[in-house]
Amino acid sequence: MTQTLINPTPKDYKSEVKPTWCPGCGDFGVLNAAFRGLAEMKLPTDQTVVVSGIGCSSRFPHFMKTFGFHSVHGRALPVAQGLKMARPDLNVITVGGDGDFFSIGAGHLIHAALRNIDITVVVMDNEIYGLTKGQTSPTSPHGHVTKSTPYGLLASQFNPIATALSLNVSFVARGYSAKPKDLAALIQQGVQHKGFSFIHALSPCPTFYHTFDAWDAAVTPIDSGHDTQDKAQAIALALETEKQYTGIFYKEERPTMDQAAHQLVQESKSFDIAQYMQRYA
Amino acid sequence: MENEVTIRIGGESGEGTISGGDILALASARWGYHVYTFRTFPAEILGGPCMFQVRISDHPVKSMGDYADVLICLNKEAYDRNVGELRHGGVLMYDPSDFTPEAGDYITYAVPFNEIARKEVQLFQTKNMVMLGAICGLFGPPLEAIIQVVQSKLSRSRKANATLMEKNLLALDVAKKYVSEKITKSDPYLLGPVEKADRVVLNGNQAIVAGALAAQCRYFAGYPITPASDIMEGMAKELPQVGGTFLQAEDEIAALASVLGASFGGVRAMTATSGPGFSLMTELIGLSSMAELPAVIVDAQRAGPSTGMPTKMEQSDLSFALNAGHGDTPRIVMAPSNVANCYELIIQAFEMAERYQMPVLFLSDQSLTARVESVDSHVFKKPEIHGRIQYNGKHASNGSNGHQAEPMLVGAGAGAHEYERYANTPTGISPISTPGAGAPAYVATGLEHDEAGHPNYEPEDHTEMMQKRFRKLATAAAEMPKPQRYGDADATIGVIGWGSTEGTIQEAVDRARAKGLKVASLHPTILSPLPDEAIQEFISSVQKVIVPENNYSGQFANLLGAKYGLQAVRLNKYGGIPFTAAEILRAIEEVH
Repeated sequence: MTQTLINPTPKDYKSEVKPTWCPGCGDFGVLNAAFRGLAEMKLPTDQTVVVSGIGCSSRFPHFMKTFGFHSVHGRALPVAQGLKMARPDLNVITVGGDGDFFSIGAGHLIHAALRNIDITVVVMDNEIYGLTKGQTSPTSPHGHVTKSTPYGLLASQFNPIATALSLNVSFVARGYSAKPKDLAALIQQGVQHKGFSFIHALSPCPTFYHTFDAWDAAVTPIDSGHDTQDKAQAIALALETEKQYTGIFYKEERPTMDQAAHQLVQESKSFDIAQYMQRYA
Repeated sequence: MENEVTIRIGGESGEGTISGGDILALASARWGYHVYTFRTFPAEILGGPCMFQVRISDHPVKSMGDYADVLICLNKEAYDRNVGELRHGGVLMYDPSDFTPEAGDYITYAVPFNEIARKEVQLFQTKNMVMLGAICGLFGPPLEAIIQVVQSKLSRSRKANATLMEKNLLALDVAKKYVSEKITKSDPYLLGPVEKADRVVLNGNQAIVAGALAAQCRYFAGYPITPASDIMEGMAKELPQVGGTFLQAEDEIAALASVLGASFGGVRAMTATSGPGFSLMTELIGLSSMAELPAVIVDAQRAGPSTGMPTKMEQSDLSFALNAGHGDTPRIVMAPSNVANCYELIIQAFEMAERYQMPVLFLSDQSLTARVESVDSHVFKKPEIHGRIQYNGKHASNGSNGHQAEPMLVGAGAGAHEYERYANTPTGISPISTPGAGAPAYVATGLEHDEAGHPNYEPEDHTEMMQKRFRKLATAAAEMPKPQRYGDADATIGVIGWGSTEGTIQEAVDRARAKGLKVASLHPTILSPLPDEAIQEFISSVQKVIVPENNYSGQFANLLGAKYGLQAVRLNKYGGIPFTAAEILRAIEEVH
């Protein structure tokens, strides 16, 4: 009795819970892009789960009509992978911020990439910790002055796209919250991609780190001639820090772990305890 | 007592001490005897002293035995370490080329293990087979029983080849002949033929895997850790056979997080770990409790704190399991009492996790993970499985806050009614909806939330939801089976234990009663919520209560003191080794 939505509109994915974000937050753009992308795919709300960790952006699932799992800080990826392994029939989308994915949960990113489990990740990156009111994040630029780096950030800046490419992620893209139509298309392609999809969504924080103007100037669509199978070129684009390239950097189809695991179970039998215990007789 | 013997083998890790012991235990059990094993080994793969003890009897055995009747030493260090555990008048078997034992109150049999393996069999690795052949010749079981086990073990081994099998058989045969020709038996230990019974032989971890599969656990995620890894390895092998999936996670945090993901998807899910990994899981235990997602978490306790002694036994995670996590976090805590109970209780763990939608912490321990027991086959019956209380399109009937029983509209769109995932019901249990089944969507969250699952920080809401979550524990306490008293109805001395010590305590009670003392014991397997009535009744029925536990601080005694004002006689052992029945018997006699 799963339900199919007939000609859904973005509004059909919007819940009655009002977003808690500051006026002008980039995450509104990402949320609208998600509504739009899901509507275009006609994803059934009861077969779609949006998983998040903790942070401003991780409130996301509450604002959607789909199933949601708002977990704990940094653990959205393992929650989503367990869900997809157990229930490969569901559409699993993982959302969160740069703190969730690149700091406290950074270790999980490596293994999600290696497993290539068919989930889509949307990282809303504002280069700052917003929910805790303005401390440095792994994606803050070197020298950046925040409440926790009063003398300037001494560490270097994390490069999400280059990292994803180096981890052999099978779908790597970047979008910008101020361009929700393009971002919606990336989310759609990410969800449709069979494998681990990584979408880096630039999503400025108007309260603690206003990057709208800088990103408006830096965001540059990847040239339409770019070969999405060319990893060397993708890495070159990712390392270009003056510009923030948007679009699909790299894409590759390869077996997913959830598929492989379920191929193993295709021949499975029902469990019979008496028969099972024969091995100990 | 003629048809009973406790044999201890001491040697070096990596030279077949443990595998030799395993073969002896298995062969004896298949021959028809009851067995109960105990082993110690170093954390290293190769090298370091290890020991295997098996108690073999024609009647059911509940503990590892106070002393070894027969001690076999494969080197001098094994002799130094173990001779103190040899019964007066027992048997010491050794190789005179290794050492010369001091004179003592024991019978000595000198058998040239090394020379037979090197010269006659011409394969030194068969030394443990030489030892087994000597055991057959002097104490039973028959050689055929040993050969059968060796053959089936070798047939499954990658190292198997005809020459190796031939050499093993030769070693067994030569050693048996040697002892029957050269040794004059002067001890009383000889196992005679017994009737074959319908039993299985397995350890606690294997019983947990069997129980989890029978309980329809279909997702497992874990991270390797001693002594829980074989649960993970068992599930990795078996789950695909029964339509389940498995994930070796990058750490224990990811393991439990992914278990909660699978559980959200409606699949029965589990992880298994030991103390250090369990520590890492605490934040997610809180999430499981707050988001009301079922999860079964096995903690095969080992000696702590920190890395502690990975291969040694301790019951020291109880306080932690009862309280792990910040905030007030309802959970169920259980501790299996023996190998059979590992099967039965893990099934109950899944049933309770699913019914009450909360984490179940399952406290096994190192001694139980590796303890091999012979168990009546009928213990392993098909369990009755009850699913989660699913949301069925209507509100849960609810007397407390006036909800109408009104059909829900499923899915998206304007005017859809809200599904109250966390409906405040009289039992505290809220019907759950599973993705992909046409049921209405909701958001599981670790934030405090209202009945619909929306974040809510109002004082009234938090108060109500706290009460609702804890009400499930009261419901569970009312619904769960009560522990049964063991021993005298008119006992003056009571023993209350928990976990893997049950058999040892009961054996001590039996022996005290045989001496005319009035003793009884109680052994709850569910430790949160505690069966208050049964415990209070037991405490008030006796004059003194002894609480034996393998930890320093008396964690269970502390709990019983806090909950019931019990001033228990504490019996704590924390060297990494389980109690013997003699130690508990001594405490009973001292209290008397």
